[in-house]
Amino acid sequence: MKRLLLVASMLAAVMGIGQATAQSPNFDDPAELAKQKAELTAAPTNPNDPIYLQYLGKDMADTAKYKKAGPWTICFSNAAVDNPWRVVGFKNMQAQVAVDKDKIKDFIVTDAGGSDDKQIADINDMLTGGKCDILLIAPNTTAALTPAVEKACAVLPVIVFDRGVTTKCPVTFLHPVGGYGFGIAAAQFIADNVPKGGNVLALRILPGVDVLETRFSAAKHIFQDAGLNLVGAEFTGGDNAKTKSIVEDYIQKGKLDAVFMDAGATSVAAIEAFEDQGLPVPVITGEDQQDFLQKWKADKIKAIAPTYPNFQWRTAIIAAERVLSGEAIPGPEWVLPQPSITADTLDKYINTSMPPLHYAMCGCEDFPDYPARWK
Amino acid sequence: MSNEALTRAAPPSRLRRILGFNPIYAVLVLLVILIALRNPAFLEPTGYMNFLKRVAPIAIAASGQLFVIVAGGFDLSMGAVVTFTVIGASMLIANNADAVYWVIPLLFAIGALVGLINGLVVVYLRVPSLIATLGMMITLGGATLFWSGGAPKGYLPDSFRFFGRYNVPNVPGIAILPISLIVLAGMVALLWWLLHHTNYGRLLLAIGDNPRAAQLAGIPVERVRILAFVISSLSAVTTGILVGGFSGVSPDAGAGYELQAITAAVLGGAQLLGGRGSIPATVAGGATLAAIFTLLNFLGLPNPVRSVVQGLILIGAVALAMYRRKRTGQ
Amino acid sequence: MTDMLAPAPVRGMLRFERIAPVLLVVAALLVYAAVAVSTRQPQYLTVDNFIQILARSIALGITAVGQTFVILLASIDLSVANLISAAAVLASVIMAGQPSMIVPAIAAVLVLGLVVGVVNGLVVARLGVNPLIATLGMAFIIQGCLSAFVNNFAGSVPEEFQAFAYGQVGPVPWSLVFLTALAVIAWFVLRFTKFGSDIYAVGGNPDAARVAGIKTWRVILAGHVICSLTAVIAGLYLASRLRSGAPWIGADGAYDLQSIAVTVIGGTVLSGGRGGIWGTMAGVLIFSLIDAIFNLTGLAAVVGVQGMLRGVIIVAAVAFYAVRSRKIVA
Repeated sequence: MKRLLLVASMLAAVMGIGQATAQSPNFDDPAELAKQKAELTAAPTNPNDPIYLQYLGKDMADTAKYKKAGPWTICFSNAAVDNPWRVVGFKNMQAQVAVDKDKIKDFIVTDAGGSDDKQIADINDMLTGGKCDILLIAPNTTAALTPAVEKACAVLPVIVFDRGVTTKCPVTFLHPVGGYGFGIAAAQFIADNVPKGGNVLALRILPGVDVLETRFSAAKHIFQDAGLNLVGAEFTGGDNAKTKSIVEDYIQKGKLDAVFMDAGATSVAAIEAFEDQGLPVPVITGEDQQDFLQKWKADKIKAIAPTYPNFQWRTAIIAAERVLSGEAIPGPEWVLPQPSITADTLDKYINTSMPPLHYAMCGCEDFPDYPARWK
Repeated sequence: MSNEALTRAAPPSRLRRILGFNPIYAVLVLLVILIALRNPAFLEPTGYMNFLKRVAPIAIAASGQLFVIVAGGFDLSMGAVVTFTVIGASMLIANNADAVYWVIPLLFAIGALVGLINGLVVVYLRVPSLIATLGMMITLGGATLFWSGGAPKGYLPDSFRFFGRYNVPNVPGIAILPISLIVLAGMVALLWWLLHHTNYGRLLLAIGDNPRAAQLAGIPVERVRILAFVISSLSAVTTGILVGGFSGVSPDAGAGYELQAITAAVLGGAQLLGGRGSIPATVAGGATLAAIFTLLNFLGLPNPVRSVVQGLILIGAVALAMYRRKRTGQ
Repeated sequence: MTDMLAPAPVRGMLRFERIAPVLLVVAALLVYAAVAVSTRQPQYLTVDNFIQILARSIALGITAVGQTFVILLASIDLSVANLISAAAVLASVIMAGQPSMIVPAIAAVLVLGLVVGVVNGLVVARLGVNPLIATLGMAFIIQGCLSAFVNNFAGSVPEEFQAFAYGQVGPVPWSLVFLTALAVIAWFVLRFTKFGSDIYAVGGNPDAARVAGIKTWRVILAGHVICSLTAVIAGLYLASRLRSGAPWIGADGAYDLQSIAVTVIGGTVLSGGRGGIWGTMAGVLIFSLIDAIFNLTGLAAVVGVQGMLRGVIIVAAVAFYAVRSRKIVA
């Protein structure tokens, strides 16, 4: 027993040392926050192009040196297809490849199943294969994949999208405005619709994921400035049942005026929690999943759906084709617009024949095999 | 082993009686009191009925898992079966509310098949259940993903969600009666009868206690064990129907249910590697798990503390059970 | 308790168990070669590429060495995944990018492994808690402590330490040399030292071992310490490879279930007392080959297929040896 106590205290001491020297990486960057706030409302440089080709800002990357005769082999290292956002995104990508099949002779894909270690090995595999004309990478995490990306850059053109890496060697880093922007769009809507002193519950998926941490960080600032009361920030793990249970418990604890969600996956479960208690649904934020949009309209809720559009997956293929044709593309960053769906634009995006977890902002309606591929 | 039992003096009978009483019931009552103190609204029908609605899926899963545990094994594939049930229902029903009447029986049939495969692999291929059901978990998860393409296709209609979500209104005395409670009561009664009041249950316990002796005594070990896996999978399908009903369709609805089920059974005093377990105590174990989750929600403790608490309770519960066993000689 | 009445193992079967892992590796290699040739990608059949395949699963290999010790003792360790994450985070936080802090970081991480291993061992061997529950509880506790570091990547690893993962000795990565050396040392300990034979004795028949005078609890404790130490070393490797530590890298790689799977595929039995290091290394190699084959065939593009095949392969590989045994399996 004494031995057990000694051991336990050693464990605590070791953990304590760790915690004392921990540095928190920055999810609260005021410069980036301001930049994304501006980009949310900025006009694209090419407004007449379809939304998945628009870009903000004017810097271009010169790609003349990458020009190669087609048809090309495009290689893609995917972090995972472990959530519907990525599934729809990947379908967009495959659809784009199918449409451009006379330009693309081979599309080689590896799936890292969510493991950084495996993705590094996958990239090595593709470099060994020697068949890639260009490499697209959707990194699993930022810092971990940087050395692998640098190794790849030395050998062929690389385009990184979705999450970034901490090196500027890729031809471009393709992404929508960003996490701060998402958080701002959601939190500002709440601030505009809830009087000062109102109670807000924040529902988050997981801690430590950079694209999600920035959303909540931006939201916290806005709630603070607007004098709103953040009664809780809970992790749902993206699980519907857990979300519903958490919201039920909070409803019992006190009145809720708004629910902030850092992603839309479980938004319907949160709404149902109010419904099942026979209470009116307060102000709520979600995302562009069909089930949320349809519930929003049907129940006449006050809501907004910020998006992190997955049309970027098809843009990646188009960008790759342009690079290999020597055409200039936005670089070192291609910032795509990040619109939010509001009550005014809601009807445009609702489509009851699509699956519940289909993303309305997929930018995929103009494909010839739409809607069959996404159903 | 046998020498020790003979030479050790019997503990005083009052201590024995106290230790003989399964502590899980006391723990559950204590937790409920703590929850009610922290949040008096819990004592309203809306409070405790919501709680019981959450208990139902885990209690049913744990009761099914108990059959496999009592026979000496583990069923790690339960979570994958729950996910398969939710997603399979969404794919098969395809937004056609009437389809529920043949989809639900079909899901049970597939669940039984999964349990049968688990049982056959363990009994005839002699693969340890940990590995066999782990393999099934990975395979079924992959198959579900393959079938749905990663995103479930249809909404779950109200006719399906009836079981997990609907409350009978205006019931005198308790205001609302969730259907899932009726399902819970029915399943638990059935499983309790099976384990504690049939010959089958007695054979299962005998096999778990001493497989070799059971085999020599002529018990059809293979059939009994395979049936245990089938029961476990059928319970998982039931849980899936309740989970899908309660929270709607989602790509990984069942994640973690197998570990929760094992935890609940262990909290209720089930002996891992076989021979002992009780359905009522397992249900209490499931309720205790849900109560811990609820209490931690109400207390607003940060996430790290919750995980640590869960781990400590798990170890503590089993250590206590081992201590009880040693002291009372049971 | 010895099962005196079980049929004695056939002599031929013992030899089969020794070569079975080799057979499986050869089969996997043949499939790999066949796929490479049939998809007209012979550039994958070079020695360099083969070394890359060996180097794919270093972290898994290191962890599996430790897991082998524990499984030989009829125990198991489910806390390795979270421990790997904890070690990686701790190391990278202490190093904070400075080469002078490399040694203190390694020391701190080894202490962490020691402490966790001792606690696991004590809970299993002294409190008598089932190892599945004990280490699962420990996993929750570690996860809770880790959640206190909710941030993304904490700290950073200086370039000098990155040499662990990225450095080469000629054409061979330094980390692969390290893993091989670790495996050789482990093999030597198990085969030629008294401690090694104690492990087999305690795992195979704990009561006989106790009667023979072996202090079983100490052996079990040592086994768990070894397992936790290898886990933290794997964490160090991952911190070096990923240039920083993050709270989820252990769970992402599923190192707990995977290390158990490769150990069992390699012929080490869950009930303890049989198996060895080279079987486990063969298991690691088989997993690497499977991954490589999936990449070669482009099956990755189809969602869920990898999962379906992996689960079946795991069960089939274990059935390959297990089916000839005549013992009743849990």
